[in-house]
Amino acid sequence: MELAEAIILSVLAASTPLLIAATGELVTERSGVLNLGVEGMMIVGAACGFGGAWLTGSIIIGALCGMVAGTLLSLIFAGMTLGLAVNQVASGLALTILGIGLSGLIGAGFVGERITPAPHLHLPFLTDIPLVGRILFGEDAFVYLSLALVVGIWLFLYRTRAGLILRAVGDNHISAHALGYPVLRIRTLAVMFGGACAGLAGAYLPLAYTPFFIPGMTAGRGWIALALVVFSSWRPGRLVAGAYLFGAVTILQLHAQGAGIGIPSQFMSALPYLATVIVLVLISRARTGGSTAPAALGTVFVPDR
Amino acid sequence: MQLVLEKRAERSNVIALVSPLIAIGLTIVTMSILFAILKKNPISALGVYFIDPLTDSYSLQEIAVKATPLVMIAIGLSLCYLANAWNIGAEGQFLIGAVAGSWLAVKTQGTGAGPWVLPAMLLLGAAAGALYALIPAICKVKFGASEILTSLMLVYVADLFLDYLVRGPWRDPAGFNFPTTAEFDPVATVPILIDGGRLHLGAIIALLVVAAATVLLGRTIKGFEIRVVGAAPRAARFGGFNSNQLVLLTFAISGALAGLAGIIEVAGPIGHLQPGISPGYGFTAIIVAFLGRLNPVGILIAGLFLALTFIGGEQAQIAMKIPLDVTKVFQGILLFYVLACDSLILYRFRLIFPSRQVSRGAG
Repeated sequence: MELAEAIILSVLAASTPLLIAATGELVTERSGVLNLGVEGMMIVGAACGFGGAWLTGSIIIGALCGMVAGTLLSLIFAGMTLGLAVNQVASGLALTILGIGLSGLIGAGFVGERITPAPHLHLPFLTDIPLVGRILFGEDAFVYLSLALVVGIWLFLYRTRAGLILRAVGDNHISAHALGYPVLRIRTLAVMFGGACAGLAGAYLPLAYTPFFIPGMTAGRGWIALALVVFSSWRPGRLVAGAYLFGAVTILQLHAQGAGIGIPSQFMSALPYLATVIVLVLISRARTGGSTAPAALGTVFVPDR
Repeated sequence: MQLVLEKRAERSNVIALVSPLIAIGLTIVTMSILFAILKKNPISALGVYFIDPLTDSYSLQEIAVKATPLVMIAIGLSLCYLANAWNIGAEGQFLIGAVAGSWLAVKTQGTGAGPWVLPAMLLLGAAAGALYALIPAICKVKFGASEILTSLMLVYVADLFLDYLVRGPWRDPAGFNFPTTAEFDPVATVPILIDGGRLHLGAIIALLVVAAATVLLGRTIKGFEIRVVGAAPRAARFGGFNSNQLVLLTFAISGALAGLAGIIEVAGPIGHLQPGISPGYGFTAIIVAFLGRLNPVGILIAGLFLALTFIGGEQAQIAMKIPLDVTKVFQGILLFYVLACDSLILYRFRLIFPSRQVSRGAG
């Protein structure tokens, strides 16, 4: 049972950055913008988050640094795709290439340093309940935050007027514009939210997952987050299921490697990526009847004046 | 007063011509600022980056060697992007091509096989790259799965597969446990063009690829179909062009070219299979394709320019201790500026004065 508890704890930890980044991207895509730069924003968030925490000794400041870095990068993307009407796919790729380079530059000074990772919650009695205590009441703050974020975004999208407008902008920017909604301003805010979430998700890695920074430590998690948004059919609830499923695949392959079941470790490491391809195919195939993607996703909008 | 973007009545040919130059200029200005932040003298750093490699024959050859894979991959990618098919997994196709070709080199090692080995390796590399690229293409046309995400995921898979081979079954027994195959036999090696130099036959192949792509796009129906499907999908449908077939075709071509580039790199400048055979050629080639405006000759020039940044970056690291990551930052910024300047081909900025419009409307 000890092992089962440890596995569930590590699955939650591995899923959290995916969930945070994917939630941000979900909001961005719901506004009609496809930002493929999640990986780039995450890796810069990781470098800045670690740097902030290492310099100040504060996990909270580190997390904020990650969010600010992600937001700043997303503003470049917004300026390109919304201000200059540039192709979103190409701009997102540019953002990832830039982000990988920037994170190397920023993080060069911190490689090899260690910090005290984010503390885990400890409530008297509750956390000590056997089996479920540590899983429910013994996580780090990010895990709770990520779940609160998903609930908050669900409420925002489906229970507020602002959320309705955001979805309208993502489904038909011409009608939304005709109704007088500031399409580009709403999209800019959505892109910035996505950037802040990606930065925070990146910062989670060195602040809570492993207490040090290594270049390239996001290892494709930003791309998996993008796939998760497709998997979720752009619905926050399914995002949670998807993120925990992927977290589970990641952790199970690690345990399988540790147990030495005779399969080369590289094949096990490839599992999360292969799983992403397979899931994308299955989901897309099940959906051949009609797409659930925001109708205006990825299209350029230049308002008529 | 407000600055707004508006569509031009027709595309500006002047901007189309000068936009790559403006983009490079803006990138150099931005890099100077970055060098200053890193407390390096911007003038001498730019000199090391862009001028020094052009002054000696070793570096010039090295630029051609680095440009070879970039140009080959970017030509293939440009066909995909013209047809609006987003292959961003060229890095994986490059690695799989290298692996497939190396298989023959490893199997024939020391058997005294004839000169058929190298051509067979090149064919294997191209075929494997094409097949690997067809996976995301088929997932796209059959099931509607995003080719962007699937092609990228397969990069990680290819990387791990190569890692497994050189640490496991193909590891050189006499290699002191380093993760590498034994050096390929001379019959399995791409010939050098200039004695004692590094320039190899791959450079000629890259030039042939550029010529073939120019003919394909400019002189054939298929090339026309590729351009129409990307630029005007509705017109292409009315014209009876099969866009799914073109996705498969462009992915297969770009995969074959990336795979060919991969095996040439391994059988040429490197000489054996090992992890880290690519400093991100597959991703840099995306920048090359856009900087060259998806045009074969443009791609040749852009490929040489980005190869220059690789060499310049290496020299700047040695001479001025400028981190290698600066090269990636440079490439990312360059792509941003290229895309931004290209936007001005179709759009222009205009200042509008809302207050005056209101008063005119009232009067």
